[in-house]
Amino acid sequence: MLVGFGAERLGADMNRLLALLFHQGVLDEQFLQLQQLEDETSPNFVSEVVSIFFHESEKLLTSLRSLLMMVEGDHDQDHEGGLEYGKIGVHLNQFMGSSSSIGAKRVRNVCLAFRAASDHHNRHGCLRALEQLEHEYCYLKNKLHEFFQLEQQKVLAAGVRYPMNHYNNNININS
Amino acid sequence: MGANAKLQQQQLSQFHNHHLLQEYEKQIGSKTASFSVQAYRKWIPKALVGWVMVTCGIALWLYSYMDDDGRLRRKELLQSMCDQRARMLQDQFIASVNHVHALAILISTFHYFKNPSAIDQEMFAEYTARTAFERPLLTGVAYSERVPDSEREEFERKYGWTIKTMQREAPPIRNEYAPVILSQETVSYLQSIDMMSGEEDRENIVRARSTGKAVFTGPFRLLGSNHLGVVLTFPVYKPKLPSSSTVQQRIEATAGYLGGSFDVESLVENLLGKLAGNQAILVNVYDVTNSSDPLIMYGHEDQEGDTSLVLESKLDFQDPFRKHKMVCRYHDNASWNWSAIITTGLFWMVGILIGYIFYGAGNHIVKVEDEFNEMEELKSRAEAADIAKSQFLAMVSHEIRTPMNGVLGMLALLLDTDLSSTQRDYAQTAQACGQALITLINEVLDRAKIEAGKLDLETVPFHLRSLLDDVLSLFSEKSRNKSIELAVFVSDNVPELVVGDPGRFRQVITNLVGNSVKFTERGHIFLRVHLEEHAKAVKNSKSNISSPMDGEESDSRQFGTLSALEAADEWNSWDTFKYFVAEEGFTMKDSSNGGTTHEDATGNLVTLRVCVEDTGIGIPLPAQYRVFMPFVQADSSTSRTYGGTGIGLSISKSLVELMGGQIKFVSRPRVGSTFTFTAVLQRYQGNDVNNAEKKRNAEDLPSSFRGLKAVIVDAKPVRAAVTRYHLKRLGIVVEVASSIKVAATMFGENDTLAAGKNSQPDIVLMEKDACFSGEEHGSPVWPSDWKQNGNKNSVRKFAKMILIATNISNWEVERAKEAGFEDTVIMKPLRASMMAACLHQVLGTGRKKSQGKGSSNYLQSSLLCGKKILVVDDNRVNQRVAAGALKKFGANVECADSGKAALELLQIPHGFDACFMDIQMPEMDGFEATRQIRQMEEQANEKSGAEGSIVEDGEDGWHLPVLAMTADVVQATYEECVKCGMDGYVSKPFEEQKLHQAVAKFFQDKPISRS
Repeated sequence: MLVGFGAERLGADMNRLLALLFHQGVLDEQFLQLQQLEDETSPNFVSEVVSIFFHESEKLLTSLRSLLMMVEGDHDQDHEGGLEYGKIGVHLNQFMGSSSSIGAKRVRNVCLAFRAASDHHNRHGCLRALEQLEHEYCYLKNKLHEFFQLEQQKVLAAGVRYPMNHYNNNININS
Repeated sequence: MGANAKLQQQQLSQFHNHHLLQEYEKQIGSKTASFSVQAYRKWIPKALVGWVMVTCGIALWLYSYMDDDGRLRRKELLQSMCDQRARMLQDQFIASVNHVHALAILISTFHYFKNPSAIDQEMFAEYTARTAFERPLLTGVAYSERVPDSEREEFERKYGWTIKTMQREAPPIRNEYAPVILSQETVSYLQSIDMMSGEEDRENIVRARSTGKAVFTGPFRLLGSNHLGVVLTFPVYKPKLPSSSTVQQRIEATAGYLGGSFDVESLVENLLGKLAGNQAILVNVYDVTNSSDPLIMYGHEDQEGDTSLVLESKLDFQDPFRKHKMVCRYHDNASWNWSAIITTGLFWMVGILIGYIFYGAGNHIVKVEDEFNEMEELKSRAEAADIAKSQFLAMVSHEIRTPMNGVLGMLALLLDTDLSSTQRDYAQTAQACGQALITLINEVLDRAKIEAGKLDLETVPFHLRSLLDDVLSLFSEKSRNKSIELAVFVSDNVPELVVGDPGRFRQVITNLVGNSVKFTERGHIFLRVHLEEHAKAVKNSKSNISSPMDGEESDSRQFGTLSALEAADEWNSWDTFKYFVAEEGFTMKDSSNGGTTHEDATGNLVTLRVCVEDTGIGIPLPAQYRVFMPFVQADSSTSRTYGGTGIGLSISKSLVELMGGQIKFVSRPRVGSTFTFTAVLQRYQGNDVNNAEKKRNAEDLPSSFRGLKAVIVDAKPVRAAVTRYHLKRLGIVVEVASSIKVAATMFGENDTLAAGKNSQPDIVLMEKDACFSGEEHGSPVWPSDWKQNGNKNSVRKFAKMILIATNISNWEVERAKEAGFEDTVIMKPLRASMMAACLHQVLGTGRKKSQGKGSSNYLQSSLLCGKKILVVDDNRVNQRVAAGALKKFGANVECADSGKAALELLQIPHGFDACFMDIQMPEMDGFEATRQIRQMEEQANEKSGAEGSIVEDGEDGWHLPVLAMTADVVQATYEECVKCGMDGYVSKPFEEQKLHQAVAKFFQDKPISRS
C-alpha cells in the first residue's frame, strides 16, 4: 500500500515537474507526442531518444565552441570566417532539428537566435548565444535527468507492486 | 528566443505593410499622372486672368478697329467736302481773275489804243455792272491810271478833281500816283482815290506791274463793308508787250492798274451756302504767304467745333506770290460709335463668360478629382486595412493556437494526475474552455481564409449518413441533458457515398445543429437530408393537396412534427413528410430493377437539401435580416445568455455558397427556426470501387441484422419514420404501429394467419411516451402481456422489447423493467451504429471485435503492419523519433544517416515500401536524393520494360513512395517536393495524427502491399 502510494506520489511529482517545464517553455507539446510513442514494444523510447539527443548535443556544442574560437582567432580573414560561420549554421540546423524533435523549445529558440547571429557574422552575438545555449542545455539536461530519475523510481515503486518484466530495463537507464 | 522570432515577424509585417503602402502610393501617383487638369491646377487662376486680359485686349482692338474705320470714313468725307469747297472756291476765283484779266485787256484796248478813249466812266460802270455775274467773288472792279508826279497837275486838270489818298486827303508828293479813274458802281467811292496811298494796294501794284500777272493782297478789312477781303490787282500795259519782256520793260510799259476787291467773307459764305452739308462743317480760309503767321481770310479764328479732326486743302489762286489754304473741320464732335461699343461689349461679355465657365469647370474638375483621389486613397486604405485585418487575424489565430495546444496538453496531463473532485472540475472546465477557444479561433481563421478566398474545398468521397450520425453524437450529451429530441433522417434516394468536402459539410451541419441545441429548451431538433429535386417534387404535389387539411391541423393543436410541438416551417410536418416516406417505400421496392437507371439519369451532380429544424426561441423578426452577418447575434442579450460569437452562421453561409448552394431560414419567435441549405456534391463514380467501398462501409454497420423484423410502436409518425430509417440502414425490415393496440392486432391476433412466418417481429421498439401514456390511460400493459404470451409461443420468445427514450430517470427505468422492457433502453439521439451496438447486446449476435478505442488502435497498428520503411535523416534524434513513431504503426523501420547511405540501401531491387526523407541534410539533401532515387527507378523500369520479364511488379513498375520531412511548412517547399518526385510531406516535429494521415493517405490507396 505504502509503495503503491509512493508510485502515485512519484507520478504526481513527474507531472508537476513536466508542468513546470511546460510553464517555463523549456518543453513543448512535442515532448508529449514523444511520450505517446512509448508503448509496450518500446518502453523506454523517450529516455532513449533523449539520451541520443544529449549525446549528439554535447558533440555539437563542443564543435560549435571550437568553431567559434577559430572564428575569433581568424576573424581578420573574412573568407575563413565565412566558412566557419557556414559550418556553424549547419551545426545549428542539426541542433534545431533534434531539439524540436524532442520538444526542447527553449533550446530551439536559442538556436534560432544563434543562427540569426551567425547569419549576420555577429561573433559577439554568437558567443552570447552559445553561452545561453549551453545554459539552456544544462538546465534541460538537469531537469530531464530529474524527470527520468523520477520515472525510474516510479517504475521501481510500481514494479514492486505489479511485477512486469520489461519494466526492469528502465532501471538501468544511463542518460 | 521566442521574442526574437516575434520581433522578426513584426518587422516582416511592418515591412509588408510599408510595401503595400508604397504600392498604393504608386497607384495613386500613376492615376494623377494620367489627368492633365490636375497637373496644371495652379495654372487655372492664372489662365483665367490671362484669358480676361486677352479678352479685354481683343475687345479693345475690336473697338479701335471699328472706331478707326468710322473715323477714317469721317475723315474721307471731310476731305472730299473740303476739297470740293476748295476747288469750287478756286474755280470761282480763277474765273473772276480771268475776267478781270479780260477787263484789263479791254481797257488797254479801248482806253489806250483808241484815241480818244472809247471808254468813259459811265460806260465802264455800265459794262462792269452787266458783266458782274462773271465775277461772283468780286464786289467790284476799278481802274486806276498810272500818273507820274510830273503829269499830276495835267491829270488833275484833265479830270477836274484832285487825287486823294485813302483817307480822302491830298496825297503827299511821290514819284507817281495811281488814281482810280474808272470804277464799277459798287465801288464808286474809290473814284479819284490814289491806290498807291494804301500800303497793301501799293505793294500789289508794284508787284503786279513787275510780274504782269494778277496779284492779291493779304486779307484786310475792306473799305466800306469792313468785311475781310483781298484786293486783286492787274496791270494794264500801254504797248503790247512781248511775252519775254523784262521787269523793267514791264514797269516802263505800265499804263494803269485794274483792281478788284474780293469780299471773301460774304462771298465764300454765299458760295458755301449753296453746297450740301454746309451745316456740318466749318471752313476757314487762310493766307499763308507768310507761313509762320497765317492770316485768316474767312471763318472764325476761335476753336469751336471738332478740333480733333482738321483737314486742309490747298487753294491756288494763280498768284505765285501768295499762298492760300482752306482748313475744314466738323462742326460737331464725332458722335460715339454705338455699334462698335455694343459689339465690343457683347464680345467682351461673351469672352468673360466663356472664361468663367472654363474656370468653373476646371475648378470643379480639380475639386472632383481631389475628392476622387481622396476617396480612392481612403478606399485603398480601407482595403489595406481589411487585408491587414485578415492577415492579422490569420496570424494571431495561428499564434494563439500554438500556446493553446500547450495549455490543452497540459490540462490533459493535469487531468491524468490525482486531483480532488473540485480540482478536476476546475481542470475540466479549463479544458472545455480551452477547446471552445480553439474552436473559436479555428472559426475566425476559417472566416479570414474565406474572406481571403484561400479556402479550397476538398473533393473526397465520404459517407453522408455516418457523417450525420457523427454530428448527432457530438450533441447527444447536451440534447439528453435538455431532454430535447434530436434526430436525423436521410431520404433513401440520397446516395450513400458522395464526393465533396466532408469536413466543411460537417462544419456547416455542426454549426446549425449546435445553434439549434443552444437555443432550444424543449421539443426537438430534426436534421433531414433530401435530394433537392425530390423535395421540390414533393413540395409541388403537397401544395396541390394540402389546402383542405390545414384548418384541421391547426384545430387539433397537435403538430405533426417530431415532438408534436409547433415548428417554424410547417413544410416539415408529417403532412409533407409522409410523402417522403411514401416515396421511399416506392423507391425501395423499385431499387432492385429501376434504381440504377434512375441514378444514371440524374447525372453526376447531386443537390442535397439539408434541413435543421428546431423548436427553440427563434430569431426575433427585426434581427432576422442580419443573421448571416459575421459577429452579429440576434441581439446582444443573446450572447449574454447563450454565449457564442455569432461568427458561425456567416461561415456556414460562405461555406454553403462555396459548395454551390444557398442557405435560408424560416423562423418564428418562440416557435422555432428552420434552417435549410442546399449543397451541390458529386455522386461517387466508378462501379467496382463503389462496391468495394460499400462493402467497407457496410462493415461500419454490422450486417448481422439483415432480414430481422422489427415493429415500432410510436404514435408520432415522424419519429417513427426516423427510427425506421435507422433500422433500415441496419437491414432490418420495419413495420410501424401507431399504438400498442394496433401492434397487437398486427401481430398478436394475426399470428395464426401469418403462420409464424416473416410477419413475426424479432424486435419491438417502443417510444417511452407511447409506453407510459398507454399505462396512464389505464389500459393493460400489453408488452408484458405479450411477453408472457411469448413464453408460451416459441416464435414470440425472440421478440425483444426495446424502449427508446430521450432521457429516462431511474424510476422510469424501474417501471419500464416492470413493464417488460428489461432487455434494453436505447437513448436518443438514435444512431445506426449505436442501435447496432444495443441490438448486439440484446440479441447476443455478431461477436465481432469490440467497438471503440481498441479498433482505432488496431487500425493504426495494422496500417503499416509488416511494411518496411526507410527513414533518412542525418539527425539521430529525429531519426529515432521518426522510427519510433512509425514502429508504433507496426512498420519495420530502417534508418540511414545520409542521402548517400539511403541510395545505397535503395539499390534496386530493394524491399522497402516507403521512404521518409529529411530535406535538410549535409552533402546530399533530400531533394537531390529523391531525384537520384527516381532516376534509378526509371532506369530499372526501362530495363524491365525492355526485357518484359517482371510483370508482377505492377504496371507502374518501381515507384517507391518518398515522403519529405521538413521543419518549415512553406508552400514553396511543398511544390519543390512535388517537383523532385516526392509523394508526400510530413512536417517536423512529428505529430502522431499528422503522420498517420500522411501515411494512411498513401497506403489506403494501395491496399495490396508489394511484400
